[in-house]
Amino acid sequence: MQKGPPEPEQAREWLSMMTLIRRFEERAGEMYARAKVGGFLHLSIGEEASIVGSARALRDSDYLISTYRSHGHALVRGTPPENVMAELFGRVGGCSHGHGGSMHMFDGARRFMGGYGIVGGNLPIAAGIALASDYKQTDEVTLCVFGDGACNQGTFGETLNLAALWRLPVVFMVTNNQFGMGTALSRHSAVTDLGRKGESLGVAGMRCDGMNVVDTHAVLCEAVSRVRAERRPLLVEAVTYRFRGHSMADPEEYRTREEVARWRERDPIPAFGELLVAEGVIDEREREQIDARAVARVDEAVAFAERSPAPGAESLYDDVYVLGKQVHGSYSLDTTHGDASTPHEPGAGEEAAQGEVPRQLTDALAAGEDGGRPAAGDGGELAGGGAAAGSRRARGSG
Amino acid sequence: MAEMRYREALGAALAEELERDERVLLMGEDIGVFGGAFKVTAGLLERFGERRVRDTPISENTIVGVGVGAAMTGLRPVVELMTINFSLLAFDQIVNHAAAIHYMFGGQATVPLVVRMPQGAGHQLGPTHSHCLEAMFMHVPGLLVAVPSTPADAKGLLKSAIRDDNPVIFIEHESLYGVRGEVADDPEALVRFGHARVAREGSDVTIVGVSRMAQTAERAARTLAHEHGVEAEVIDPRTLRPLDLDTILASVRRTNRCVIVEEGWPHGGVGANLAALIGEQAFDHLDAPVERVSGADVPMPYAKPLEDLAYPHAAQVVHAALATTGQGAGAR
Repeated sequence: MQKGPPEPEQAREWLSMMTLIRRFEERAGEMYARAKVGGFLHLSIGEEASIVGSARALRDSDYLISTYRSHGHALVRGTPPENVMAELFGRVGGCSHGHGGSMHMFDGARRFMGGYGIVGGNLPIAAGIALASDYKQTDEVTLCVFGDGACNQGTFGETLNLAALWRLPVVFMVTNNQFGMGTALSRHSAVTDLGRKGESLGVAGMRCDGMNVVDTHAVLCEAVSRVRAERRPLLVEAVTYRFRGHSMADPEEYRTREEVARWRERDPIPAFGELLVAEGVIDEREREQIDARAVARVDEAVAFAERSPAPGAESLYDDVYVLGKQVHGSYSLDTTHGDASTPHEPGAGEEAAQGEVPRQLTDALAAGEDGGRPAAGDGGELAGGGAAAGSRRARGSG
Repeated sequence: MAEMRYREALGAALAEELERDERVLLMGEDIGVFGGAFKVTAGLLERFGERRVRDTPISENTIVGVGVGAAMTGLRPVVELMTINFSLLAFDQIVNHAAAIHYMFGGQATVPLVVRMPQGAGHQLGPTHSHCLEAMFMHVPGLLVAVPSTPADAKGLLKSAIRDDNPVIFIEHESLYGVRGEVADDPEALVRFGHARVAREGSDVTIVGVSRMAQTAERAARTLAHEHGVEAEVIDPRTLRPLDLDTILASVRRTNRCVIVEEGWPHGGVGANLAALIGEQAFDHLDAPVERVSGADVPMPYAKPLEDLAYPHAAQVVHAALATTGQGAGAR
């Protein structure tokens, strides 16, 4: 938590964590290519210094809240890589039990309050967490991380204004990785000095080199301690770069290879490793060991994720609601109160019903039939078929 | 028991829960110094102070989101939105966040948040301040949805909403704020979600009235009894999620006829959903198609004669009920 160059133990931990995040992300990308991971996968390769430098400015009792690019934030908070990888695999051992996926990591016990899939969606929630800290008269601080693209959302202006007005202890950190998806900063924001974007809202700005873990840490330590003491928000711009595409589904036609190569020269992990070797904190052998340990740890994470079972059909309706005196089950369509409303348990044959309609349509289309178009007067369309399947399932739950 | 207005009953519920539980706090536009656009929160700032009764900027999505974050970390916020139309600005926080968080984080986070808002036509507030959008919220898994129509239910349901661990959309009605009724004094008298209220018993036709339309349905039932000899059973579902379908189905199985009355739009509405459920589960008991009486399929017009045409009145409910009994030409 102190400023300036880190103590040796701290330095090793930073390097180890940045390396773990890098190796984890690389492996996640491989697993995505092998179809072990579905949906979108947003990697933070290149942004490790901004993640580790900022999170290490926090106390364990402080909160961190992130975006859809959140694997590193879970890892830096101490969530075991096994649970993060299992979440990517959509397994019950995932940190969100397979309900969230890559964009929705969560570890409340470690005060990682989640990754959020809506750009700018986490800012108001961060202010709410800070409000609760303030209300409970604690000195907790919330670090809210978001991308440069989120600065253009309404929640950015709304939340900074409200946080300044109510003097909420939030450090807003914009991870400026130069692109809102595929749109360059200068093409999506009239003001490109993002640290200044809070000025008209009563939020002062700071800036750090997000490619340099020491600088990020020093600036964030100052920001966090000011926010903790003064009870008012700050905005920090961490200037960084993501080496990979926005997600795995990104052909990267919006930037040149030369530009990426220029930024890769400033890769935060070799830079910090070399610094530690030059200063005699570690030697080359230890540097290699740190990397080998990260690779081994990620191997274990993949093995765990492979072993972890996929969620069973019976868990589809789990955790839609908090069950209690008023809510006795997951209300699909026809469950109501009292004894009639048991938690959802699929009836016999229900599993077979799922996917029946899409499969029939696929088969029909493959056979060149007019499968998607019911006969005139049939009263149904593609969606009608799906809805019928849905209500069949719902009745099965009653 | 004490007689009080709907708005006073809501205010009493808020005051009692603020008193009972330190974790409860109120946030909203003009709820404090101004006393609330509809005066539901009048006097609460003076009584509980600025820490617990918070005037907010006009930033609906962020106000709700602040409620989400505070709820995730131990508070029980009650957010007031000035009208249900304004809740559309907060749909991201309500649907993508409040409703989803418990599920998408594998049950590890809870969002005990109440978002209150009034809906309804009748005051010439036109196309951006007077719609009935309960069907939009009813659509969303993860939310609870209350639509109280009496002062007693307003108080009892609001207290239950604040004590529940799920996010609750609590839909009031602008035309009901001044309505008087008997309300329990006992601060522990709760009305549980998922229990419909049978407002009037009858054997000839079941009329389900949602929100203010429960009162319209009762007026129609009196006319049906006095002028047509038809005894209607009037059911106010009180909550739409969870929905007490059992009570509605039991009634329909006795009366063999059903009319659903709602102020909202017809397509994809509460009535459309309920008619489908009744058709699926009580088809053999029906002697006539389920009738729906709904708001007109238009943005709410300003001019009084048009506004009057755009939401249901008792006469249309009477017509619809008679249509199910084979008398009259029906409502359409």
